[in-house]
Amino acid sequence: MKIGPEEVARIAALARLEIDPAKVGQFAEQFNDILDYMDKLSEVDTEGVEPMYGPVEHATVLRCDRTARDCSRDEVLSNAPENDGRFFIVPRIV
Amino acid sequence: MARYEAVIGLEVHAQLGTESKIFCSCSTRFGDEPNSNVCPVCSGMPGVLPVLNEKVVEYAVKMGLAVDCRINGKSVFARKNYFYPDLPKGYQISQFEEPLCEHGRVVVEMEGGTKSFGITRIHMEEDAGKSIHSPAENVSYVDLNRTGVPLIEIVSEPDMRSPEDAVAYLKELRSILVYLGVCDGNMEEGSFRCDANVSIRPLGQEELGTRAELKNMNSFRHVQKALEYEIARQIDLLEDGEAVVQETRLYDADKGVTQPMRGKEEAHDYRYFPDPDLVPLVLDPAWVDKWRGELPELPGPRRGRFESRYGLPAYDAGVLTAEREVADYFEAAVAEYGEPKKISNWIMTDLLRQLSQTGLGASECAFGPKSLAGLVRMVDEGAISQKIAKDVFLELFETGGDPEAYVREKGLTQISDTSALEAAVDRVLSENPKEVEAFRAGKKKLMAFFVGQVMRKTKGQANPAVVNELLARRLG
Repeated sequence: MKIGPEEVARIAALARLEIDPAKVGQFAEQFNDILDYMDKLSEVDTEGVEPMYGPVEHATVLRCDRTARDCSRDEVLSNAPENDGRFFIVPRIV
Repeated sequence: MARYEAVIGLEVHAQLGTESKIFCSCSTRFGDEPNSNVCPVCSGMPGVLPVLNEKVVEYAVKMGLAVDCRINGKSVFARKNYFYPDLPKGYQISQFEEPLCEHGRVVVEMEGGTKSFGITRIHMEEDAGKSIHSPAENVSYVDLNRTGVPLIEIVSEPDMRSPEDAVAYLKELRSILVYLGVCDGNMEEGSFRCDANVSIRPLGQEELGTRAELKNMNSFRHVQKALEYEIARQIDLLEDGEAVVQETRLYDADKGVTQPMRGKEEAHDYRYFPDPDLVPLVLDPAWVDKWRGELPELPGPRRGRFESRYGLPAYDAGVLTAEREVADYFEAAVAEYGEPKKISNWIMTDLLRQLSQTGLGASECAFGPKSLAGLVRMVDEGAISQKIAKDVFLELFETGGDPEAYVREKGLTQISDTSALEAAVDRVLSENPKEVEAFRAGKKKLMAFFVGQVMRKTKGQANPAVVNELLARRLG
């Protein structure tokens, strides 16, 4: 077992996920299944192979430094649970 | 009693002066209406794709080159995961394992000689938004205009041993950024921000002590004061047999103390991983060569040149080259009138004082280098007195204009003609018989009084050398 119930609880807390304590053991098993599966990759000899950071191989894509206004403030704010027409309003942080 | 030494490392965040944000086309302008420069990409809507701004790469590479970094041909963006309302995606796009620049150094001229401070890395990342906390209601207001504004983070080696080292390093770094034209260096508006890691250890000990991270220092003075306070605090703890706790502390400028940051109890675990939305950045060596060729003369070399070419003292060269605009102003003025030391004196006293009072930059000043050169020349040629010159400078500082024309128009030309001044000298002497008697009895300090009186009578236009000579002759 690589991942125990405490680790599952910690990861859930970091991700702000509320999970049913009864299911922690089940999630731990699933985590471990995934990690075991990934471990298969370790069987391959990667000596001298450059690490790859993503599956996409194409070259760098850059954009020109030009400004554009893609949407209005009303649109930006429209999905927020609370706003005053200027700001997003959230429960007090500090 | 054991002697301690401080070990300081600095993390600087510099906002890059691009028009648009790092991964979208929203404007980066400071001070716009809240949430007016926000789009689906920077507000973290699902399904959008960030695309890197080419100017960000150029600016970050230029800074790397300017501080002797190795530029990595391939670098990768990573997600730094944490939750805060001003970070709408729930992660900040930054660089972690493969940053753009590594292993550089900044060389600083200090009183005790030259010091070199190492740079660990420079990487690109996006800024977060801003929150305003309501004093009245139980809410916070979030403005995402700053979300996605490009930053470079410059991480130093723990090479500094005193607050003075830290401030000297920061000033040099800021100066280089401004010279390159990649950052405006404004600390108040937050375009140049600094966090410090500080620990202490007994002198001679190799192993590092436990460090505290200091935040919320908005000026060089704050950095100096916060570090002084924190080093003394840590020494007190060790002397009392207590231990330094690894924590983040905020500097309180009003109280002059550092205090532990509240509400950040949980240990930070950012779970960095490569951002799957962005392909690795692969630099074409031709771009890097081109950018290297575009680097301007940097503050260090320029300081040296000001000393050797213009024969200026090290102090003058340091003051004049700290800001690129001021150095440019100086060189333009000297090109007009080749008296570097005199021009330097005017810039270091009169010009810099007026600029700081009005908040203007040297390039925005209406009284340009050509005018200043003209003014200094008029004093040298005896056309106006130094005092009149100072008045003319103040008069024309905001409006600008040709000082020679102004002097002619206002009739401020210095009176060096002996016959014209003799009358004034005689009048002053006859109006102040008591002082004349005292002077003749040995109170030689009164000479300054007589000169002052003559200057008053002539509205400051008398040539002081001639006045002195005439008085000496009359009173002798």
